[in-house]
Amino acid sequence: MSSPTSTPGRKRGRDGNPATPSSEGPTSPPSQRRRGQDSSNGDLMPMPTSPATDMLSPAAPQDTSLFSSPRASVLPNEVDMSSPLMYGTPSSRVEGTPRSSVRGTPARQRPDLGSVRKAPQVDLHSEPPSADGAVASEPNAGQRLVIWGTDVNVGTCKEKFQRFLQRFIDPTATEDENAGLDLNEPLYMQKLEEISVVGDPVLNVNCLQVQSFDAELYRQLICYPQEVIPTFDMAVNELFFERFPDSILEYQIQVRPYNALKTRNMRSLNPEDIDQLITISGMVIRTSQLIPEMQEAFFQCQVCAYSTRVEVDRGRIAEPAVCRHCNNTHSLALVHNRSAFSDKQMIKIQESPEDMPAGQTPHTTIVYAHNDLVDKVQPGDRINITGIYRAVPMRVSPIQSNVKSVYKTHIDAIHFRKTDEKRLHGLDEDAEQKLFTEDRVQTLKELAAKPDVYERLSSALAPSIYEHEDIKKGILLQLFGGTRKDFSQTGRGNFRAEVNILLCGDPGTSKSQLLQYVFNLVPRGQYTSGKGSSAVGLTAYVMKDPETRQLVLQTGALVLSDNGICCIDEFDKMSDSTRSVLHEVMEQQTLSIAKAGIICQLNARTAVLAAANPVESQWNPKKTTIENIQLPHTLLSRFDLIFLMLDPQDEAYDRRLAHHLVSLYYQSEEQIEEEFLDMAVLRDYIAYARTYINPRLSEEASQALIEAYVDMRKIGSGRGMVSAYPRQLESLIRLAEAHAKVRFSEKVETIDVEEAKRLHREALKQSATDPRTGFVDISILTTGMSATARKRKEEVAQALKKLIQAKGKTPAMKYQQLLDDLRGQSETAITKELFDEALRSLADEDYLTVTGKTVRLLA
Amino acid sequence: NVTTAYCNPKSGWEAKVVEFFKDRLKEKDAHTWVPSLNDVPLHYLKPNSLVKFRCLIQDMFDPEFFMGAYETVDPSTNVLRCGRYKDVTECGVDFNSRNTVTAERQTFYCVPIPGENPWVKEISSSSRVVPSTSYAPTRQKRSYEEDDMDDMDTQPQKQREPHSASQGHTEQHGNGDCKRQETEAPSSQTASASHLDLNFPLPGEKGPSCLVKVYEDWDSFKLNDTLEVFGILSVSPALSALADEKDASSSILDPTESMETAEEQRVHSPPASLVPRLHMLYARPLPHNNPLLPSATLEDNSAFLSSTLSEMASVRAELLTYLTHVLLGDALAAEYLILHLISNVYARRDVLPLGKFAMNLSGCPAAALYTQRFYQIIQQLVPSSFYLGMSLQNMNQMRLVPKKDYVANRLVSGALQLARNTFLFLDETHLEQGQLDTTGVRNVTALGNLISWQKVDYDFNYHQMEFPCNINVLIASEGRSLLPSDCQIHLQSQVSPPNMEEYLSNIQLHPQTSSQLNKFRIYLSVARQLDYSISDEMTKSVEDDFVDMRKDDPQSVSAEDLHRMLVVARLLSLSLGQTSLTRDSWLRAKHIDMLRRSRMEQHQCVNGNEP
Repeated sequence: MSSPTSTPGRKRGRDGNPATPSSEGPTSPPSQRRRGQDSSNGDLMPMPTSPATDMLSPAAPQDTSLFSSPRASVLPNEVDMSSPLMYGTPSSRVEGTPRSSVRGTPARQRPDLGSVRKAPQVDLHSEPPSADGAVASEPNAGQRLVIWGTDVNVGTCKEKFQRFLQRFIDPTATEDENAGLDLNEPLYMQKLEEISVVGDPVLNVNCLQVQSFDAELYRQLICYPQEVIPTFDMAVNELFFERFPDSILEYQIQVRPYNALKTRNMRSLNPEDIDQLITISGMVIRTSQLIPEMQEAFFQCQVCAYSTRVEVDRGRIAEPAVCRHCNNTHSLALVHNRSAFSDKQMIKIQESPEDMPAGQTPHTTIVYAHNDLVDKVQPGDRINITGIYRAVPMRVSPIQSNVKSVYKTHIDAIHFRKTDEKRLHGLDEDAEQKLFTEDRVQTLKELAAKPDVYERLSSALAPSIYEHEDIKKGILLQLFGGTRKDFSQTGRGNFRAEVNILLCGDPGTSKSQLLQYVFNLVPRGQYTSGKGSSAVGLTAYVMKDPETRQLVLQTGALVLSDNGICCIDEFDKMSDSTRSVLHEVMEQQTLSIAKAGIICQLNARTAVLAAANPVESQWNPKKTTIENIQLPHTLLSRFDLIFLMLDPQDEAYDRRLAHHLVSLYYQSEEQIEEEFLDMAVLRDYIAYARTYINPRLSEEASQALIEAYVDMRKIGSGRGMVSAYPRQLESLIRLAEAHAKVRFSEKVETIDVEEAKRLHREALKQSATDPRTGFVDISILTTGMSATARKRKEEVAQALKKLIQAKGKTPAMKYQQLLDDLRGQSETAITKELFDEALRSLADEDYLTVTGKTVRLLA
Repeated sequence: NVTTAYCNPKSGWEAKVVEFFKDRLKEKDAHTWVPSLNDVPLHYLKPNSLVKFRCLIQDMFDPEFFMGAYETVDPSTNVLRCGRYKDVTECGVDFNSRNTVTAERQTFYCVPIPGENPWVKEISSSSRVVPSTSYAPTRQKRSYEEDDMDDMDTQPQKQREPHSASQGHTEQHGNGDCKRQETEAPSSQTASASHLDLNFPLPGEKGPSCLVKVYEDWDSFKLNDTLEVFGILSVSPALSALADEKDASSSILDPTESMETAEEQRVHSPPASLVPRLHMLYARPLPHNNPLLPSATLEDNSAFLSSTLSEMASVRAELLTYLTHVLLGDALAAEYLILHLISNVYARRDVLPLGKFAMNLSGCPAAALYTQRFYQIIQQLVPSSFYLGMSLQNMNQMRLVPKKDYVANRLVSGALQLARNTFLFLDETHLEQGQLDTTGVRNVTALGNLISWQKVDYDFNYHQMEFPCNINVLIASEGRSLLPSDCQIHLQSQVSPPNMEEYLSNIQLHPQTSSQLNKFRIYLSVARQLDYSISDEMTKSVEDDFVDMRKDDPQSVSAEDLHRMLVVARLLSLSLGQTSLTRDSWLRAKHIDMLRRSRMEQHQCVNGNEP
């Protein structure tokens, strides 16, 4: 052997099998390929002098003719040697030949690694080792031999990967990610065991783990996926069948790498990524029908019934002109149902909205899914896709020699990972995880260490809105949220971790602006207006997909803002039926759907930020919150904080406000930047805290909370009112946790509780103050009526009863007369409403009845 | 021709080319020689020549990879060729050449600026110093031109000038020629256009749309930017042949062809005769599309600026008189109208757009199509505008918000996809009682968002995306509008109803002379672009004022009022040509705002007393 290379492609050439055209199909722009090894290989492998045949080159008709003829005429050494892609690696060549396998298990073609790939079967185990085969099985000897065009040595690579499989233990593994696996055992060996039990011959390999184990192997995987992945396949199968010689698989194990960190964003794809392994995220916008792609055509001679198989070469079948058996010309006919097809699907994905720069439209990319990846994703799914990026030249027309100088690009999918598939059950934090660079984390931590971080952040929130410090602080805590606690084992299910806030107040106090700001700040925010949204728009609805005629559940704003914030403007304008769906969402954090035969419960762990205007267009300070906004108290009690945004009317405030507004209009951009934190920093800060910080209550904090709660109840009990309910205690805990998150603290401490108490009190002071007494009275929110009002009602009723009794035996009285009498008797003013209520309460006692304008005594 | 001259793969030649063209175009009036796709029918333009196009980026397609440099198969012609600035390669491409360079470029779908008023088109096509160089399709000239272009980088500017000038003569009869042919052209165009929707934002728009290929720095462009693109025109018939052939032989087996649906094909590679390709050399962002203003920015053109500034007060007075006349003798409304016309979103503070001034002109007489007339007059003054009659039918049927069509993979435009500073006239007098359906509600919401936040949420089916905009919205209504607005002014007609018809018919569409009209146009565009500042001293006094006002009656002035008064003060100063706030203008702003408010209260009282 003059050129002792281990590249299987060489072997193929040597075999000289006429039925194996090297059909690499359209490939990528060659210039992008790394050819660093060319020179070192030059002596081993003569560079082909004639142009490679594997390129789709309509410009060269002579090539085409060359291809349509059987390959026998081609010099062995010239077969696809020019193409770096075209050396068949062992397992990619084991297609369609069931006998060829690692101990009897058929291999399955991997169209994802290259389009139609055909190569003679070389079984490294059963075949008497040729020079090449020997090299491949003797890694030491093969050290300097690499696959042409790459720096990959099959033997070493295989060995390395086997070592990875056998030894890798994930140091950072968490329990929930690998449920049921022993964290101290090699991870992938357990997975192989799983394969032997379950029988699903797919091994997903996290590239990050490969990287941490062997950076060089990782680099090769990223740069030459087409060569390295088949090698991995080979390695894993050897290992598997060595370990589990008796297991039966449908076909050989295929390795599916994912999480290649090369590229995260569709926008950053560039020509350098061609033919490399990439991972990008995006949203599926369209999937095509299943495309049966012919892999091998079956021809039968009409005269002598001699049959032959022809591989599909770049989408074309070279119909044999002469029957080799009977030498008749044009006697062969294609037999469709004996030809081999593989599944293929075109998927279009679009950049996720989060990744896009403002003011540009999203990019789309075409993805081809093959075999069992077909129909794995649906339009609307958010996925991370790992695959090989391809570029194919476009032809103007078969006749013209001109080509459009543009390449068509697509990705051959190797692995899909839905980022939102866990939405229906459990958390999807790891998919949501934003990656922070170390610098960024450092900056954030520095910021967190500052003593005034809480004030800083709250002032960075919506700087264009003036003052309302406490409201901003409340919203800030809402953005961070409490700690998620799971009590499902004890039967109570999840405790709500999200903080709900209601803003009410005069129109024109920039409530909407605040909502807009929050909506723009959080990645998963939804903004709806109570006026325009229906219950359906908030929850979910079932609709028939026009194409598939399938029933599809379309989710509404509340479900979409799962793990985010749902901003509802004009909360008061919402219809009652719409508002009623909020009851479930705001406490249980789920949404139950029973529509068109679909019964399900969706998670809606959303924080609600609502804004409401007073009924009388202007806030009436003489009325309670309930009376002012006319919302059912059942709903109001679900808000942790209710703030009033009123126009405080004092001179100092006015001056500051004026100054703020004027400078808002006339300060230059830079000045503003200096003063406030960047919105991006704020966003990262929140994302980081939400992901990584899970504060727990400390002993002192629990004590402080208990005290606070007892105090709150005491305040009320002194005046015969209850000013706190367990719901308020829960609110306090949430707020304290959120405040601890702001400090990046894993422990809730007393200062957190203090701030939670303060804020809660502030909000109560504003919203639950009884206008008649000036005291905080939580029952305004919980029953809709303050305790004083209730007391007053009773007094009036008693007075009325006395009055009637004093009148003696008159079975019927005039309504107006009675009212006037009562007014004359009473020291305080008695409104008609009060009088009506008193009558009603007496009627409830079965003392009297009211019919029209007459009041009749019963009994 | 142009590109072949640069095929040496010397490093950095790309930058040099762009630099060269930029320099050339900077020279005085140089850009006026370049024929414009806006004015010159496509069939008069020579393929592969330099043209310009005044346009709006309507959609952005996916980036494409192309052969930046390639070698041909035929060894006899084996030179490295350049794939930049063209669509189709020449001769057979050697795909295996190691010298092939893959490069990336971006495609924008551009349409002429939507709602551009006829006067803009007229002036910009007639104001060319020397009409298009390659207008008349004379064979001889074409070859001449070709040679000329080839050695362009060596040829000094001076030598080129005579050509252009001499060609000016042939232009004269060329123009006449063109007129005749133009009348013939539409018949063939409408036939072909019927199956191809050119995706103009506004209904009834005409003009070529263009696929602009951008070679560098495409991230700096944003959707809805208005640009003047200088680039190389490519109308290679091969591009159209491609589309036809694909239809005929849609072979399923070819992987490249099954990638796109027929619709997508049609949208992304329309026939070049209809949608030419333009390979961008250089693009100039347009701060305005008023052809009467010099193309350089105002700062660079201090002479022009100072001369207009000095005249501003007088022009303003004239304009005020004219508008007062148009607004039935209501001077206050006219004053506000001027402020509205020069308003401009100059900054955004987080979500809050600053400087917007949407106006609600209530009390418009329903008689004699007053609103339409009024719009026609405004149309004469502003460079681009759109009239949206808010009839129920329109609201329920029109597509206001652009929507992504995933089948064809394009952004289907809507009427709210407008260039900056477009004047949007919403005529609410057309609205009658009735039911709004889902589309209608969505449209009204979109209009509301546009007015309050100056943004449009484009519909991407699975999610919405927010695009900021800068559109002057004027709502004409009889009562108070159902849409929000920054300021409402009730029209007080000085004309008695019986005389209304007569009065209206007497309003001249064209005031006095066209030179005066031009003065108005320049005035409005310049005032909008002026810089504005406020001194610390004034800040203080404004603050004091606000505190005082609140002291007297806290209910009378709210923060929102201050917001508005600051905008009014700004616009008022600018309308007078003052670039900083003075005490006088502040007081005046306060005064007119008070007048307006008292009028509104008055009006409300009247309404309240009516049984």
